[in-house]
Amino acid sequence: MERNSFKGWLYLIPAFAFLGVFMVYPLFDVFVYSFEEGYNSASQTFFGVGLYNYSYVLHDPYFLQAIKNTLILVAITVPLSTGIALLISVGLNSIQKFRDFFQTVFFLPYVTNTLAVGLVFMILFKKTAYTDGLINIIIQFFGGNSIDWIDGPYWAKMFVLCFYTVWIVMPFKILILTSALASVNQDYYNAARVDGTSRWRIFKEITLPMISPMIFYLIITGFIGAFKAYSDAVAIFGTSLNSAGMNTIVGYIYDMLYGDSGGYPSYASSAAIILFIIVLTITTINLLASRRNQS
Amino acid sequence: MKVVLENLTKTFPNRKKGLPDVTAVDNFSFEIPDGQLIGLLGPSGCGKSTTLNLICGLIQPTSGKLWFGDDDVTYLPPEVRGVGMVFQNYALYPHLTVEKNIMFPLGNLKGAEKLSKQEMKDRALEAAKLVQIENLMERKPSELSGGQQQRVAIARALVKLPRVLLLDEPLSNLDARLRLQTREEIRRIQQETKITTIFVTHDQEEAMSISDMIVVMAAGIIQQIGKPQDVYDNPVNLFVSKFLGTPPINVFEGTVKNETLYINNEKVLHVGGVEDKDVWVGIRPEGFVLKDDGALSCDLVTVEVMGRDISVVSTHPATVNASIRSIISSENHDTITGTKVRFDVKPSKVHLFDKETEERIYYK
Repeated sequence: MERNSFKGWLYLIPAFAFLGVFMVYPLFDVFVYSFEEGYNSASQTFFGVGLYNYSYVLHDPYFLQAIKNTLILVAITVPLSTGIALLISVGLNSIQKFRDFFQTVFFLPYVTNTLAVGLVFMILFKKTAYTDGLINIIIQFFGGNSIDWIDGPYWAKMFVLCFYTVWIVMPFKILILTSALASVNQDYYNAARVDGTSRWRIFKEITLPMISPMIFYLIITGFIGAFKAYSDAVAIFGTSLNSAGMNTIVGYIYDMLYGDSGGYPSYASSAAIILFIIVLTITTINLLASRRNQS
Repeated sequence: MKVVLENLTKTFPNRKKGLPDVTAVDNFSFEIPDGQLIGLLGPSGCGKSTTLNLICGLIQPTSGKLWFGDDDVTYLPPEVRGVGMVFQNYALYPHLTVEKNIMFPLGNLKGAEKLSKQEMKDRALEAAKLVQIENLMERKPSELSGGQQQRVAIARALVKLPRVLLLDEPLSNLDARLRLQTREEIRRIQQETKITTIFVTHDQEEAMSISDMIVVMAAGIIQQIGKPQDVYDNPVNLFVSKFLGTPPINVFEGTVKNETLYINNEKVLHVGGVEDKDVWVGIRPEGFVLKDDGALSCDLVTVEVMGRDISVVSTHPATVNASIRSIISSENHDTITGTKVRFDVKPSKVHLFDKETEERIYYK
């Protein structure tokens, strides 16, 4: 027994070493940097220790804008994408013909390159010297005024970003939910049918509770994913996210490290720790809610 | 409620294209009298579950009619037929308590039939009392034993006072001990409620022990319908005789010459009115009598003592079974010695079947 457990630890060493060097140590380091004022990674020097970095970041209008953008993105896209994915999955589950075909169609965005999708959205939404973009042409066809989706009002830009995000995260959710639905034993539905249960009641009182663990999984990972959004915004608005007013928290961290205004690892570390605290809080709440729901 | 099946047929399209359709239920016609317990019995794939689903309404027949009393229910959806169904895996909703599971069907009642919450609770409690689980109402299905889950499933099927109760392999998920208990329980509940009950099983002992009537099926075709004892005593063909009874019937190759049955050239029995031909001879285990100058000579393998009876295991060149099992009263135990045993047979326990058609040949 003693020997075996020694062996067990021995086998775990490579994984532990790898995770320790590339995950745990950087995490710890970021935490340390976030308290070191004016840290310079080249000279490994800093002026002092304190909460100044946090104070700076929390008073930076760009960071506050990034938080606002991220929160709006999370609040809109997570419920919307999960809800629509659920509707589509239930629909897919109830059809026989063309099921595989539609499943493939819905899964395509998942395997398509983010930037390629960004290009398509450009064609749909971007105003250029030659065209107002496909969406504007449609709006004009119905007698509306064209809107500058990419460089125009804040709500229009936010709409495009949310639309894009929902569209890009949906395939994975549909994949998970269709397999969850398919794994519900057909006998439950037969039993409900024999009792004359309406479709709505079957969905609400049998299907939903049966797949609720998967829904919670998608909501939790959805929240985490949306808080870490960055590439989506870049794909649509380019790399100057601060000037476009569409930066996200992760975008802000990146800019602080490498962007035009970059070279401030201390500020970036503080912003990263703030993001970490937000995600941790939301995930804890989610987990508690799902646990209460399950028991 | 009397249930009548009239030329009921169900065919499924073959999965492989170009091959003929599969007939799961072929031209079934029989009548189930009101308030009886009927066992649909047959090996896997014989169409018994399909028959149950047809009666339940989960699938529609290809042709034929189905009557509940005087109502033609052939094309009615299950919920208006008034059937209660217990599924093989019970299909209890795992996220609901026992009480909510039993109340579930009542929540579907609409209009004038709609019940208040209290009425539903009362009805659920009544059904729970019938199956003796009223102290488990707050539990979840995962906190119950297999037998208790089974009772919850029966209570849920009974709570809406169905006209017909259907049970799909109700005992197959229980261990041997619980199976015995539960089958008596099913019998008791059926006799208390007087609901016409149809259950499906592949276990002949189970079907024989509690049914008023059994329907023996094979390959989508009804082989025989009747009271369990009648079917056991008078099987109409070789399949039925082999399917019923534990230990199973012993089958020999035999010949009839001049109204006399020969097995392996040994004169066994006088069979009046049978023409000369080759036959299958089925002899029930209890149809053997030990006798020093008996007609049938067998090589003794072993003697198993079972208390009340002993089981003599022997071999015979003409049998198609691996060995012959005969059940003898244990009073004769002392007389079995040596390597040979000789038996006489009881005529009422010997059945003859045509070698080709495997249909029963009757004799005087």
